[in-house]
This record gives sequence, C-alpha cells and structure tokens, in this order.
Amino acid sequence: MKRLLIIGLSVLAAGMMINTGANATEMLNGAGASFPYPVYSAWGHNYNKDTGVRLNYQSIGSGGGQRQIASRTVEFGASDAPLKPSKLKKNKLLQFPAVIGGVVPVINMKGVKTGAVKLDSTTLCKIFLGEITEWNDDAITGLNKGVKLANKKITVVRRSDGSGTTAIFTSYLAGVCQEWKDKVGAGKAVKWPVGIGGKGNEGVANYVKRVNGSIGYVEFAYAKQNNLNYVKLKNAAGRYVAPSFDSFKAAAASGDFDAAQDFYLWLVNAPGKNSWPIAGATFILLAKEKKEANKKVVKFYDWAFDNGDDTATNLVYVPLPGSLKAKVRAYWKSEGIY
Amino acid sequence: MASHNNKDITGTAVYIMTAVASLSIIALILGIFYTLFVQSSLAIGKFGFFGFLFSTDWDPVRELFGAATALFGTILITFLAMVMAVPVAIGIAIFISELSPNFFKGPAGVAIELLAAIPSIVYGMWGLFTLAPIMSDYVEPALQATFGRLPVLEIFFAGTPLGIDILTASIILAIMIIPFTASISRDAFNLTPSVVKESAYGLGATKWEVIRNVVLPNARISVLGGIILSLGRAVGETMAVAFVLGGAHKISWSLLDMVSTITVTLANEFTEADTDMYLSSLYLLALILFIFSFILLAGARLFVMRSERKV
Repeated sequence: MKRLLIIGLSVLAAGMMINTGANATEMLNGAGASFPYPVYSAWGHNYNKDTGVRLNYQSIGSGGGQRQIASRTVEFGASDAPLKPSKLKKNKLLQFPAVIGGVVPVINMKGVKTGAVKLDSTTLCKIFLGEITEWNDDAITGLNKGVKLANKKITVVRRSDGSGTTAIFTSYLAGVCQEWKDKVGAGKAVKWPVGIGGKGNEGVANYVKRVNGSIGYVEFAYAKQNNLNYVKLKNAAGRYVAPSFDSFKAAAASGDFDAAQDFYLWLVNAPGKNSWPIAGATFILLAKEKKEANKKVVKFYDWAFDNGDDTATNLVYVPLPGSLKAKVRAYWKSEGIY
Repeated sequence: MASHNNKDITGTAVYIMTAVASLSIIALILGIFYTLFVQSSLAIGKFGFFGFLFSTDWDPVRELFGAATALFGTILITFLAMVMAVPVAIGIAIFISELSPNFFKGPAGVAIELLAAIPSIVYGMWGLFTLAPIMSDYVEPALQATFGRLPVLEIFFAGTPLGIDILTASIILAIMIIPFTASISRDAFNLTPSVVKESAYGLGATKWEVIRNVVLPNARISVLGGIILSLGRAVGETMAVAFVLGGAHKISWSLLDMVSTITVTLANEFTEADTDMYLSSLYLLALILFIFSFILLAGARLFVMRSERKV
C-alpha cells in the first residue's frame, strides 16, 4: 500500500513538472466566434513555430467571446458581429477587424448552371419574406431573361441556430429592404417569416442540395468547398457580381471602416462596382486597460497581417485589404499598444 | 450501521463518505435550481413566469420571448417517441427472455446495449443524412397518399414532406430510448422465478398465457422503471433531435412540420445569445424544463409507488 502511494506521488510530481514546463511557454488566451476558428488556429500554429508563443483559442461562439472579454477572463475576445461604439465604451473595450467573411445565397434548380440565376436586393428580400413563392414569378423571370426557370415552388432554407452568418445576411436584407427591417429586423437569430431551418452551414447546404427549388444562404467558404449553385447579386453600384475572393476584397476595400468608430461596420451593400453586397468582417475585442496583454495580442495579429494571407486564402477566408490593415495598425498605435 | 464505535474506523469512514456523496447530490440539484433561477430573474421580471410560459413569441430581434412553442415541441415529440418505443421495447424484451432460442439471446442483448452506447450526435448525423431523405422520398409521401386523404387525419399529415420534421425526430428519439426500456425489462423478465412459470405450465397454460399472466405482472414495476428512465432521456435529448427538427418556434399539429424543443433551442441559440434578455430567457427556458422534468418524474414515481402497494 505504501509503495503504491510512493509510486503514485512520484508519477504525480513528474506530471506536475512537465506541466510547469508547458506553462513556462508564453500563452495567448482568446475565446469567441466559431467562424474564424480554423484560420486563427492555423495562424496560431505557424506563430508558435516562429515565435514560441502558443495561441489558445476556444471557439465558444460570439456571444460567449463578448461575455468573456467583458468579464476579463481572456486576453482577447472574438465576435462575428461588430459591437456598437456605445457598447464598447460601456465595457471599456477596443475592437478591430481580423479577417473578412461573406454570405452567399445558394439555390437548387435542376438544369440551371451555377451563377446563372441573377437576383436583386428587392427580389431576394421578397423571397425570404415569403411574398414571392414561385420561381417563375415575374419579378424573377424579369431579371433572368434567357434562363429557363422551372415552374417550381420556392422553398426557403435558413439557419435554425444563432449565427454570425445569419446576422450578416439579415443586416443586408434590413439595409436594402424597408419591409424586412420593419417586419423582421437583423440579428443572429430572427423570427423568420417562412422557411425550414438547418443546423449550421452543413445543415442548410444539405437541405438546399436535397430540395429541388430551394434557396438558402451559407458562408462563402462553405459554398465554395461544396460547389453549391450560387446566385449572382446586384450590388449597390447596380452591377451583377459573383461571389469570389476578388468581389469580397473589393467590398472590404470600399467599405467605410472608421477607426474613430472602432471599425463598427456591417459590410453589406458596400459601394464599388465589383463589391459583393453581403460580406462582413469578424472582429477582435480587447480590454482597454490591459496594455501589456493587448500588446501581445496585437503582436500576433500584426504577424498574421504580414504572414497569414496565404494561410487564410487556402482556408477560403478573405484577408483584409492592405488599406484596411494600415487603418487597423494606425488604430493600434493611437491606443498605444503597437 | 449499528456498529460504528471507535474501533470500527472503516465503517465510520464509509458511512461518512457515502452520506456526503448522497447529500452532495441534493446540494447539486438545489445549486443548479438556484443558478437557473438567479440567471432567469431578468426574464421573469420582464415577462412574468406564467406570461413567459404561455407566450408563443420567440423574436430575438425585438427581445420578445416565450416558452409555449418549445414546451409544446418537447411534450409532443417525447409523447410520440414513447408511443412508438415502449411497445417495441417490451416486445423485444419478451422475445429475448422468453421466446428466442438460447444461441440468439447473447447477440441480441449485446446489440441492444450497443444501441444505448451510440452517442446521440451520431444518431443526429444519421438522421439528417440517411433517415431524413428516406422519410421525405418514400415514407412521408406514402403517408400523405393514404392517411393524408382521410377527413380528420389529414391535419396531421399536411405540408411538404421534407424529412426534417416532428415525425423523423420522434422516430430517431424512439430508436434511442428503446434500449433502456428493453434491457431493463429483459432483466426483469429473466428474474421471474422458474418455479412459478413451471407451475403455470403444469396447470396447462400456453406460452402466451404464461407471459401474459405470470412474467409480465411479476416484472411490472421494473418495466415501469425502465419506461421512466426512457422518459427522462427523451425529454432531455438534444443533439439527435436538433439535426432533424428544423428549429422553428411555432405550434403545429402536422407531423410533417417543424417545431423546436427546449433543449434544441438551448443548444442552437445559447452560444450566440448576445443580449442579456436573450440569455436570461434561455435560462428561464432551462428552468422550465427542470421543473417540467421534476414534475414528470415525481408523477411517474408516485405511479410506481401506487402499483407497488397493489402487488
């Protein structure tokens, strides 16, 4: 019995030694949005190789990220939705964008090639309001002369869980369509007038693939990796654009990110003739008074801005355009953490 | 515990340890109840407990919340799953313990226990990718073409068959809870004293008469216990249902429509709930489920106690 105890204790002691060894390496603790988790962890992996600092990022969701940084339990929080300057002030937070994502309406229609169907904001809004219910409605066929649209009922597919993707999509609809703004509004979860709910991007994509005549919306990366049949959208400049790295970058470059407003911006209906209209940045939140911790976080994102674009692109995230990176760096400098 | 004098240190230690373990369970339950109550006070303050309970609103944008739709979904899906699962489970137990040839008893028993060991997320994925297409392509159109044409039944089969609906969710839930009732019932049936069975056969009873009049009554309480265990699991099941339910906050009588349950709402919306009222409403939803499960299990307990007295 005694021997067992001694063996047990020495194993425990050895374990603790290894543990303290691990604690000696510098850690960077963050938590929040699940959408940028793959790219943050890939950056973190490479950053660790370069600098020895380990990133510990927990993808607990944007709501959780906001709460964790507000209660100062992590060094940075991450959120898919920007916080309003007033809310940032209340919780004494700083905010900057880290990477761009976008939302793509996808459809299922037999015999129609991807990108062949074109929609404008009013039509898209009316489809999701349940006012346009057939694919051969005049509003749709008028935009799609020469495309053979089946005489099919439209099945709307939307998210059943709360999501940053939904927040971006509904912000777009609320921005371009007064009726949507009045009846539904924008948010991570809304009271949908019509449609079936899928859990996660994979849930929505699965239903869209299965139901002929359906329309849904998914994260750009998800649409691209699964070769879903996307829709071309009319942007603020009146041109039809396809979702691509270029059109997202164009949106990010033309978007009016203002450092004085802590970059609060929904990147929807962005001006610029090549801009994809439904995009959004995902944001990093910092505790204002913790200068030393913030310097560590900023150092990581500074490194990522310089070295992480290819990693991000490979994972189908859109890196920030150069002009926006410069703005973010100036913001860091003005806060004295860069 | 008659002899816990000073010499019997082991006895005292065991007494203390087991007592602490049991008391900590009660403390834990009270602690959870307290946390849920405190966290949901904001929502109770705004909507009132009963106002929240009976409201069918669920609009995160306008911050109007109510539990009626989710509670309706929870009750409906649990009920349907129990209706489907309990007879099948008892049938399985009867077959394995009384009717099947001996060489089959082992494999069948293991299969049932394996069914119980499959994580619920696996059921969810299987439901979404395999069962839902089968339901929407074959089963549900067939149901609509038959029962859907009858005068009263048609309201239960209205809508487009998409395979993600109350019916699919209940079937998955039924499959998940079958093992609990089945394996407990089987063990109980096996405990029937063979002397009693043999005397029944001796009196000229047929196999069915023995099962009906000896085995089943003898095991009744254990079977009820198994059913209660299934019920507890069904009420709280989340992931398997979340994938095939569609998460729509509404009350619908069609089996081919989508609803939401309390646990599904919590799983779907908790991580992204970013306003205080939203979060508090989710906590209140959890509190309601807590109270609901308590009432359900207490009722079941009472029922078992009453039938125990009759024996």
